[in-house]
Amino acid sequence: MARRPVPGVLASFVNVDSVTEAIRDLKSRGFRDLTVYTAAPNHEIEQVLDEPVSWVRAFTLIGGLVGVTSGFAVTIWTSLDWPLLVGGKPIAAVPPYVVIAFELTILYGSLCTVAGMLFLTLREKLRGRPYLPSFSDDRIGVFVPCAPEQVESVRAVLQQAGPEEVSVHAG
Amino acid sequence: MTAIAAPHRPTQTHADVTRDVIGTLRTPSRGYYLALFGAIAAFLVGLVTFVLLLKDGLGLAGYRPPVMWNVYITTFVFWIGIGHAGTLISAILFLFRSPWRTVVYRSTEAMTVFAVMTAALFPIIHIGRQWVFYWLLPYPNQRFLWPNFKSPLLWDVFAITTYFTVSTTFLIVGLIPDVAAVRDKLSGWRQAIYRMLSLGWTGANSQWRHYTRGYLYLAALATPLVLSVHSVVSWDFAMSIVPGWHGTIFAPYFVAGAIYSGIGMVLTLLIPLRKALKLEHMLTDYHFDNLGKLTLLTGSILFYAYAMEYFVGWYSSNTFEQTTFWKRAFGPLWWAGWTMIICNAGVSQLLWFRKIRTNLTAMFLISLFINLGMWFERFVIISSSLSNDFLPYAWDNARVNWADWGILLGSFGWFLMFFLLFARTFPVVAIQEVKEMIPYPRKHPGGGKEGGH
Repeated sequence: MARRPVPGVLASFVNVDSVTEAIRDLKSRGFRDLTVYTAAPNHEIEQVLDEPVSWVRAFTLIGGLVGVTSGFAVTIWTSLDWPLLVGGKPIAAVPPYVVIAFELTILYGSLCTVAGMLFLTLREKLRGRPYLPSFSDDRIGVFVPCAPEQVESVRAVLQQAGPEEVSVHAG
Repeated sequence: MTAIAAPHRPTQTHADVTRDVIGTLRTPSRGYYLALFGAIAAFLVGLVTFVLLLKDGLGLAGYRPPVMWNVYITTFVFWIGIGHAGTLISAILFLFRSPWRTVVYRSTEAMTVFAVMTAALFPIIHIGRQWVFYWLLPYPNQRFLWPNFKSPLLWDVFAITTYFTVSTTFLIVGLIPDVAAVRDKLSGWRQAIYRMLSLGWTGANSQWRHYTRGYLYLAALATPLVLSVHSVVSWDFAMSIVPGWHGTIFAPYFVAGAIYSGIGMVLTLLIPLRKALKLEHMLTDYHFDNLGKLTLLTGSILFYAYAMEYFVGWYSSNTFEQTTFWKRAFGPLWWAGWTMIICNAGVSQLLWFRKIRTNLTAMFLISLFINLGMWFERFVIISSSLSNDFLPYAWDNARVNWADWGILLGSFGWFLMFFLLFARTFPVVAIQEVKEMIPYPRKHPGGGKEGGH
């Protein structure tokens, strides 16, 4: 199912300082919903965009806690449910189960981190926004969603920063 | 002596990196098909041996009391160890922000996944009744088995399955942006496949925001994991009271050995791969110099561990410990004992010299010695200790026969087959991470902070 294209202006840049200049200018004019495409994470652009830290860490923490709890729970509960006396040790001996709880902390923590990355990324409003294959190569893309009456002013701001090309996308 | 240029600021551009790395996915050479054919043939030898083991039982292999852990467990520990260098380079050195890891980490991480896949076969081959392998995981015990819930072997099951899952996840997550880069350079049906695998990746800031954080946490979780996995493997031995196994040094000793053997395999794979994929300008002396230093460090830790083992064996005043170590050096398996000491403690010391670290022929030869030495290390620890346990009347030497060699050969085939297929399907150099080290061009050069971490 094709998503409705988002109307706006897309610019392709070669220089990173042009991009930061354009972002600063756009933000000062009240455009906050910007999409910047880069082939690798770039700290300069991150700094200018100044976005909040991702909530992935919450998923990692929850996964880890679920892992450690379930690790101890499944081992202790199974031992008590099927009591086998080995070497005169307690039925539910905690030290040997620490290793299992540790491994499950890592396992669930990692899987929840990946689930969190996918979930949070899917929630981002990226559908219908234009993209060019050169953005995964050596160009930096900036897409500014805007209403038709704002197109000219956005285009002027982007042009001033010195892009390689600018295109207008109708909704 | 010429200084080795540290490519913190490589001369390549972003476009060069995309072109060169995606260039490795072009139609393979005849040499590649020959290597793949060889790997598949070796794997088939292993498969046939395995079918015979299924049919006739483990008696076909060299198991004779008291040596009931032999070549299969040796090879299991060998392959698990190989995996560790990959996670060290991909996760631990990522947290340390080590600049030289970016070019090598993808291939080492793939090596990790395939090595763990290979290792995971061995406990299953070794257990005898392979069709009930799932009994290894007795939680919850709905089958009402009589396992020892406190056994270290159970830790191993959890450690290995976690390690396999997490390292595979880490590899796949790292691949997503690179698969997107490949997608954008291809056309037709190949593009359609990479489009599906790229999961809609566009490199938008809102994707990187979650991706970089998530990747950081995955690395942070993989770091204690990799250290725990070989510690747990070592406790399979150290928790018992068999002479030669019952030592507190085992966990760090095994972890160092694992990383040492893993880097050996990294070198064995990367040196030919670099030439075959024409990546000489990306994988330079700088990377091999650093890999060499890491080998020297872990090899020296092993040197110390070997010396300590002998010292503690003597100092324990325990006749069984002393006999075991005496037999390791001068008993029937003396040749295996000395192979391990010479190949690991001895050969690694050559790497003090930069000339050797940057000579790829020498490094390749050293890597072969490392692989050999590390296999023998596990063989010596496992088989020689078991052959002299607490009942002298039962002492017998370890035997190795064709069924052991067949499975060992098959494991190399299985591993290489996956590695070769991977190298032609996915970028073996992480495009995205190499690009992160290369600053974007600027309109006003000199202003602002440049790329990198």
